[in-house]
Amino acid sequence: MSGPLLRNRWFVGSVGGTFLLLVFSLFVGFVWLPSAQEDALFKGLWNSICSAAGAPRSWLSPTSAPVTPPTKVSEVVLTPTTLDEPASGGGVGRGATLALRCTMCHGLRGVSSSQTPNLAGQYASSIYKELRDFQSGARPSAVMTPLVIKLSDQDLRDLSAYYASLPRRQTPGAQDLQAAPDIVATGAPMRNIPPCGSCHGRLDSKLGVPWLDPQPRDYLKTQLEAFAHGTRRNDTSAQMRNIARNMTPEEIDASVNYYSGTR
Amino acid sequence: MISNKRLVLAHFWLAFALFGVAVLLGEWQMFIRSPLSGWLRNADMYYRSVTAHGTVMGYVFPTLVAMGFGYFISEASLGQPLIGRRWAWTGYYMIIVGSIAAVVPVALGLDSVLYTFYPPMIGNVFYYLGVVLVVVGSWVWVALMGVNLYVWKRAHPGAPVPLAMFANVAGAYLWAWTAVGAALELLFQIIPVALGYATTINAGLSRVLFSWTLHAIVYFWLMPAYIAFYTIVPRAIGGRLYSDSMARISFALFLVFAMPIGIHHLFADPEVGSGFKVVHSIFTAMVAVPTLLTVFTICASVEIAARLRGGTGPFGWVKALPWKNPQMLALALSFVMLGFGGAGGLINMSYQLDSTIHNTQWVTGHFHLIFGGAIVIMYFAIAYDLWPHLTGRVIQDARLVRTQLWLWFIGMIVLTFPWHYAGLLGMPRRMAFYDYTAPGMFAEGVSVVMSVIGGALLVVSALIFIAVLVRNHWATRVEPETFTFSRAVHEPITLPWALNGLGLWVALMIALTITNYGYPIVQLMRMPEASVPPVFVGGKP
Repeated sequence: MSGPLLRNRWFVGSVGGTFLLLVFSLFVGFVWLPSAQEDALFKGLWNSICSAAGAPRSWLSPTSAPVTPPTKVSEVVLTPTTLDEPASGGGVGRGATLALRCTMCHGLRGVSSSQTPNLAGQYASSIYKELRDFQSGARPSAVMTPLVIKLSDQDLRDLSAYYASLPRRQTPGAQDLQAAPDIVATGAPMRNIPPCGSCHGRLDSKLGVPWLDPQPRDYLKTQLEAFAHGTRRNDTSAQMRNIARNMTPEEIDASVNYYSGTR
Repeated sequence: MISNKRLVLAHFWLAFALFGVAVLLGEWQMFIRSPLSGWLRNADMYYRSVTAHGTVMGYVFPTLVAMGFGYFISEASLGQPLIGRRWAWTGYYMIIVGSIAAVVPVALGLDSVLYTFYPPMIGNVFYYLGVVLVVVGSWVWVALMGVNLYVWKRAHPGAPVPLAMFANVAGAYLWAWTAVGAALELLFQIIPVALGYATTINAGLSRVLFSWTLHAIVYFWLMPAYIAFYTIVPRAIGGRLYSDSMARISFALFLVFAMPIGIHHLFADPEVGSGFKVVHSIFTAMVAVPTLLTVFTICASVEIAARLRGGTGPFGWVKALPWKNPQMLALALSFVMLGFGGAGGLINMSYQLDSTIHNTQWVTGHFHLIFGGAIVIMYFAIAYDLWPHLTGRVIQDARLVRTQLWLWFIGMIVLTFPWHYAGLLGMPRRMAFYDYTAPGMFAEGVSVVMSVIGGALLVVSALIFIAVLVRNHWATRVEPETFTFSRAVHEPITLPWALNGLGLWVALMIALTITNYGYPIVQLMRMPEASVPPVFVGGKP
């Protein structure tokens, strides 16, 4: 190339043309289209530019206050590192001592002979979430709430760590996905029911979700029905309520039987 | 004289071997999702398969084809031995190691992230490192293409750069710059989380960075096909290229307009302001310009060939075209698929219309027509044209080659047209389960069965393609004539500086990326509330 850039027709043509196109696009996207909409949010040029750029300004301010839910909801936010905090004098041993008050229902080593959940080997994140919900009232229980109401956050972490450390009892039958009922293995896509196994194990496990095999049959059935009727409400985003509501009684029985090993 | 035949063949064979496996995965996916099969008991098998199919077809296969073809073009067009051959082999081995590192955790079910990464889903770190290694391996190729052109230009001051090399280096630079988006996402967002160094991920920012790569990568896939349109087909059918300058302008415009348009993939994402979505929508529309220039130029070139063969009249010349020539056939079939795919793409690029088909099977249909159809059929054509020169043996199965191309075309149409229909009905893409027992879904079941049949035709076509290439290695030895690219009607003697180098266009490409992506990226970086906990795939809670 010879001569100054601004006299070169290739440079002027390509850069100038692209620049004009950019200016035109910016005008359309940031000024013209927002102002052409009969949108209550359009309040002048500067606001339209800011809103089109995705930068919230005064047009967003006159909003109503957040709605307070009529019932208590779970406030637990779980991340993969929620329980990674240093033990600060606590841990599995301390949790074992605290767990003495739990043995009446949950068994000496976390395996229940009554219709209460087996806690031995349950995921710590799942136990911790439920304990916090019992404590806050998001999952009301005449038995559990008084027992945990005065425990500190560290106590709950230690209890979770203790039960997670115990050996889990396995039922060989539940390992076999081929033998699982459809509701566990494939769900019912048209009714928005994902496979139970996609969160509760066998297919995949999600954070804060308990594994279910083997748990006592009556316990599983009671909880699933409580979700279906909306009497249990501590599931994040109403996930289990939406699923259980759509399940038929036969599907509830099939899934409960599968996970309790009573097929 | 091509002195790096083994290098080129190694790239092509690895590409086609992986392609053969990925085609089977694709057909399996269609089958298990169709009413012909019961539901998969383990849905993760499907997502693993999608991840593997997409990773191979989207990243590894086209990259290897572009690299192998690029090394070939460098020697064949510049007439100088490839500089940096050892580096080229290093890049090749990096891709092999990267592919293995990526595919093993995918097979183990630790990486069902559906190949576009989908943060906050996080897979096994080796998958991401593998993809990074594939990209770095390809950057070796980018550097070598730049170096080879630079050395040639120094030795030939003022001489016009051969069109094939001009386009090849344009493709390399486009790839180098577009891969930066995904590289930033992997290095600063995903890999730190996958390694456990970070506990949250800015999902909005990650998706914006990925969109930087997401659409321009299609034009990187397109480049070898377009190079074949301009520099192989006119010669192969006995004609001339209508306009050398038009070709250069098309490739230059691809650099400028292919890159800064990715946010149209995020129309449904709330993190990005609507203004930028409109801007990207307009720039996406501009991609039609080089595409239509190409269609015009190639049709004109083909007409020249037809008239040289005695064709007359306004349309009578079409009959005079050498339809039995695989290059002619591939070009025609490619254009038809490009037309349908491009028409569907106009819907995707529209800020308003996209909401109708967003994330439905329509999208799958669109990009399979463009990539699997228009582009891959030209990859076949490239292989058929190059193979005799690489192996020194003649391709004997002309009829089989034509059958293969027709099967690929028919298969792709039968596969993708029903997808468009199902997409309009709202069938989501990338889902393992569809319940066809619901009354409203019955009609979709029929269309999915048609797609399974289309997929089966594609599998047969792919097998024939590989069989033809394998058989060629044992065919009769010939001494092929020196490989040449198409000659233009008016061969360039001197060229304006803007069409003899890529500096201006690369600068425009970078400048437009900054204007179109700068603000959304900075805005999302400054939005800590956009960071969310990761969801580990295949990990334990």
